[in-house]
Amino acid sequence: MALSGIQIYKLLPQTNCKECGFPTCLAFAMKLAAKQAELTACPYVSEASKKQLAESSQPPIRLVSLKAGGLEVKAGNETVMFRHEKTFFNKPGLFVKVKASEGEAALKAKVAAADAFKVNYVGIDLLVDGFAVEADGGDFATAVKAVRSVTKRPLILVGKDPAVLGAGLGVLSGENVLLYAADSTNWEAMTELAKQHKASLVVSADGLDALAEITENVKGKGLEEIVLDIKAAKLGPHLALSTQARRLALKANFRPLGYPVITFAEGGEGRDSIVAAQAIAKYSGFVVLDRFAPELVYPLLVLRQNIYTDPQKPIQVQPAIYEINNPKPESPVLVTTNFSITYFSVANEVEGSGLPAWLVVCDAEGMSVLTAWAAGKFDSERIAKTIKGFNVADKVSKKRIVIPGHVAVLSGELEAELPDWEIRVGPREAVDLPAFMKQAL
Amino acid sequence: MPIEIPKDKWPGKIRTVTVGATAADGGTRAKAITVGGETTLPYMHFENPMPHRPVIAIEIKDRKPEDWSPLLETAWGEAMNDPAAWAKAAETAGADLIVLALSVNGLDGKPTRPEAAVAATKAVLGATGLPLIVFGPGQVDLDNELLVPVAEATKGERLALGICEDKNYRTIVATAMANGHLVTARTPMDVNLSKQLNILISDMGMPADRIIMDPTTGALGYGIEYGYSVMERLRMAALQGDAMTQSPMIVTPGFEAWKTKEAKVGHGVPESWGYWKERAINWETLTSVALLESGASIVVLRHPESVKRVKMAIEELMVA
Repeated sequence: MALSGIQIYKLLPQTNCKECGFPTCLAFAMKLAAKQAELTACPYVSEASKKQLAESSQPPIRLVSLKAGGLEVKAGNETVMFRHEKTFFNKPGLFVKVKASEGEAALKAKVAAADAFKVNYVGIDLLVDGFAVEADGGDFATAVKAVRSVTKRPLILVGKDPAVLGAGLGVLSGENVLLYAADSTNWEAMTELAKQHKASLVVSADGLDALAEITENVKGKGLEEIVLDIKAAKLGPHLALSTQARRLALKANFRPLGYPVITFAEGGEGRDSIVAAQAIAKYSGFVVLDRFAPELVYPLLVLRQNIYTDPQKPIQVQPAIYEINNPKPESPVLVTTNFSITYFSVANEVEGSGLPAWLVVCDAEGMSVLTAWAAGKFDSERIAKTIKGFNVADKVSKKRIVIPGHVAVLSGELEAELPDWEIRVGPREAVDLPAFMKQAL
Repeated sequence: MPIEIPKDKWPGKIRTVTVGATAADGGTRAKAITVGGETTLPYMHFENPMPHRPVIAIEIKDRKPEDWSPLLETAWGEAMNDPAAWAKAAETAGADLIVLALSVNGLDGKPTRPEAAVAATKAVLGATGLPLIVFGPGQVDLDNELLVPVAEATKGERLALGICEDKNYRTIVATAMANGHLVTARTPMDVNLSKQLNILISDMGMPADRIIMDPTTGALGYGIEYGYSVMERLRMAALQGDAMTQSPMIVTPGFEAWKTKEAKVGHGVPESWGYWKERAINWETLTSVALLESGASIVVLRHPESVKRVKMAIEELMVA
């Protein structure tokens, strides 16, 4: 059970040495209780206290990790219900399911295509994380072997019969697989199988009560790498149950449900994307798609990237000169900051207008125009340095830059910093840029 | 193993807001739409039932827009040339209400005339019995010039008029109050700014149950996480009892999603983006679903296929 700040305080040295970075032991204890600090920050805590605190400092949602071919997919270790409270840590793994009955050739082709999928989003390569192979008849070992021959990514083996899953596991070595699933009828054999192969195990049951009972049984047999299958036919109940499980783990420190959740996005085109989206936003650690399609996977991976962005650290774009609509030397030069939303607003408006432009993005530490200006991160000096640093003058024939209307006050100073350049004040809002560019430039 | 499910108990409640007036209430709408009334976070039916389900508005324009994606042009076809026909098509496509977004210019390239805005609004009201939201073109002077006569010509219809922003809300609020309409209040993804604009509008004497908040959002991939978290925080502030954040929320995922390259264009994009139409629909749908789950009561969409899917999502989310 989680300890309160006061209970933790009693276990600390109470010397207020400040070496942990907090002014008092009590302040540190409060942070520990809120799971915003690590006990290792205290150099003087006794071994006895450490042991006692270990239980309470165990993550409320256990980390489960699938490994294969040097790749790892992690789920769990989450600490909050809402991303704005801190952040969500381990992006849910996105898996594509294939069926053994599809036959070797078809399996290989399908998996290879998804395995090769790569899409770039704000400079990050987004990928499919792994594959689920369902034992739905036919030779399962052959099917698993076929899949493994075309991908190195972690696998989930899906089936009810421990003997069949065992055959699949038999052709794999040196990896950590996820087995789906143990239920009230087969959990003992499944647990043994998982232990034998160092696999993690999904526990599946209707309702949280039944789920908790089986996870306790599995844990009792010595397996803690558990994943929860929250079964619900509709989005509403799935959301409610996922929320309840997460709350029980985080708020009530209820260990039997302190595991990541797996969601199977089913229902075909039109529904599976929505189920997967809800799973990404609301608490799943693994999401399994019934099919692979770039137009389905790309938006889901982007959503995952967005939801799992640390709210304290805004997504920044790389400071650079961005070419919009194939600018020519005479095209205008627009200046803005590297806050991703600021960049996207400006880039989208200009791109949408079809007008060519050079967009110079200054390093304003990821702040928007007004915020950066107020914080002294977007001033004439920085803008001038960026213009010079990127050798903008070499690219254009007309030495003229447009600054955001919100920082019109900088135009005087900027003229002094960039004496050869004409400084123009643009509109305050990106949405007015196309009109400004058409009329004023 | 019987588990005690932790339930949140909130002191606050989202206000119920009704858009549209039927004949009984002095308007001409076939039915009114009521949103709000929640006392829990979205879809936590096990704590308290949600009295009203979220609704879908379809955005139409007073004239055929020049900058909409070809996919949208294909979807709506000829109807885009006539706001009445478009409104009817939107109703058929499953809209709960209509958003009529007035254009900056008419087809002749000149600023939209007040008479034209009034005519378009009346045509839409005549073509459909659904409640109506009217957005100005988004330029201060023009908004006021168009929305005042629209409000006067539709007195008693209980339209929602937008978009009130901190730099321009007085005229719109005044005319909404004088003519029995509502307003939508837009602020740029910030909890305190939302609250502040609600206070300013309330201070003018506008009853709180005639304000709908528009916290603004970004599309998937273009800042949705900011809007998403601001909405979650607004909803929590409201449930904690902060009266000035208790308005239901309207968001415009259709507008946002169809601005993105991913939805808008099908050529000259990476192959890894996949099949265009399905990608575009996913972009609009996923943006909408994420925002519904963070607390939106009204989502404004553009593509009929997205409407169908989001409707399905709402139906499933309303299952306890």
